[in-house]
Amino acid sequence: MMEKKIEKKTVLTRSTNFNMGKKRNKNILLTISILLGLLYLSPFYLVITNSLKTQQGIFLNVMGLPFDKFFKPHNYLEAFKQLDFIKSFINSLVITTSSTVAIIIFSSMASWMLVRTKTKFSSFLFFLFAAAMLIPFQSVMLPLVNIAGKLGLLNPVGLVFMYLGFGSSLSIMLYHGFIKNIPYELEEAATIDGCNTFQIFWHIIFPLLKPITVTVSILNAMWIWNDFLLPQLVINKPQWQTIPLKMFYFFGQYSRRWDLALAGLVISMIPIIVFYFTVQKHIIKGITQGSIK
Amino acid sequence: MKRSKIWFALFVSPILLAFTVVVVVPMLIGIYYSFTNWDGIRSGSWVGLSNYIKVLTNDKDFFKSFIFTAKFAATSVVTINLLGFLLALLVTRGLRLSNVLRSVFFMPNLIGGLILGFIWQFIFTNGFNAVGKFLGVEFLQGWLADSTTGFLGLVILMSWQMAGYMMIIYISALENIPESLLEAADIDGANSFHKLIHITIPLVAQAFTVGLFLALSNSFKLFDQNLALTGGGPYNSTQMLALNIYNTAFRFNDFGVAQAKAVLFLIAVAAITLTQIYYSKKREVEM
Repeated sequence: MMEKKIEKKTVLTRSTNFNMGKKRNKNILLTISILLGLLYLSPFYLVITNSLKTQQGIFLNVMGLPFDKFFKPHNYLEAFKQLDFIKSFINSLVITTSSTVAIIIFSSMASWMLVRTKTKFSSFLFFLFAAAMLIPFQSVMLPLVNIAGKLGLLNPVGLVFMYLGFGSSLSIMLYHGFIKNIPYELEEAATIDGCNTFQIFWHIIFPLLKPITVTVSILNAMWIWNDFLLPQLVINKPQWQTIPLKMFYFFGQYSRRWDLALAGLVISMIPIIVFYFTVQKHIIKGITQGSIK
Repeated sequence: MKRSKIWFALFVSPILLAFTVVVVVPMLIGIYYSFTNWDGIRSGSWVGLSNYIKVLTNDKDFFKSFIFTAKFAATSVVTINLLGFLLALLVTRGLRLSNVLRSVFFMPNLIGGLILGFIWQFIFTNGFNAVGKFLGVEFLQGWLADSTTGFLGLVILMSWQMAGYMMIIYISALENIPESLLEAADIDGANSFHKLIHITIPLVAQAFTVGLFLALSNSFKLFDQNLALTGGGPYNSTQMLALNIYNTAFRFNDFGVAQAKAVLFLIAVAAITLTQIYYSKKREVEM
């Protein structure tokens, strides 16, 4: 759809404003955009080139490309080992995936019930979830850690449970908005056919929610993958550390060793960048939909 | 109990349980703790308003953090949204490379605040230094070593990170503007600037509400980037509210006071965002 619009625009500008002035303007705009794009990418340039240099190479020439005796790709091997990257990657992946799946299952179920049940209690619950969007994490984190300690939730399972709680507000609002527009007749027909509530939801409703499910999963997965403070408070043990957590300690240890630190930073960015380029369309759509709420 | 009530409970209770344990109960207990001399482990005894009095009258660092956070939020809301809107205008012109540029501008958004903070620490301390030496500009050297460059550093980092997100929101608003309106303005002889001021901006007002809300609440609650870029230093001069609360609890073990700050933080965040939504919505209607 987006492409069609752009096409239409170019055709329009071509037919209505075909003069040299407009064309020159366009070239100027294009130049500005490209320069801005390069400026935007320059931090990545600096980080990647310097991650391949020796300490001395970074010190002597930050802007240049790595070469000769200053070229040290070995940084990556060492950072990879020091970060225990495979393990922290798996930790991040397991926690992000299971939290996102839990959020999808339980928030879609709850939202459907909240939409279909027209009682005061039901509207009150929806209001409660929506109002909680205003609560900043720092306002609840201290008592939360305290309670979690008492309930034995200071472990990966507890962390997933907490993500379910913190992810509930936005996810329920998104599902709620989407479900309101699904015609009720579909469910009535299924009831007559003898389906129970559980079957109606999983066989008829949930498949219809696919577009919003994609949005909800991407928004939650991106947030959980990058989250630092909650895991730091909840699962601060070496064997459970996620990528941001591991990176934090790694950086503290090597802050005077930019060669290793930069290689570590590049490694830790790779998964999310790969993810971005595989599902870019969905991410953009997800952000647009998520922001409407 | 009626059947429908049982189904209601089955469908709603799992997430409601998590939400209650993780958000509602800590919120309520937190308010109670802020009136006690809680030490983080055992609930302490009632001390009335003394934590709040301590925070409001006798905590220079907290006051400084508040001012710094407010200044930062006010500045970055403007820079983030302005840059995001300009990027959106640029990439909706049907230029070549528009799609590539969209990806480029959005990319910083995906990376976590902690990692971005470390990256920019390198850029500011090493990259800026090198450019400053090369061009002979003293201002670019020694960044993050004082509160001014720490402040500017945070603003640059956040604008770079969040402008792409705003761009996406503004693009979708810009693409919803009916082509016929702009054509009509063309026929009436309006120039690009007039079209922008009188047609485009009023029609994307709703997107501005969203953009301002997101930038404001994210800036005000900033933690990861603050921790990774400056760590609040030097001498706590770039410490934002969230980091101040964190340090009060975990560095100084003053949990009662930290929780009083957390409650004040909640009130401030809620008040600011609600006011902002109220005024933006009002303006949308008026326009």
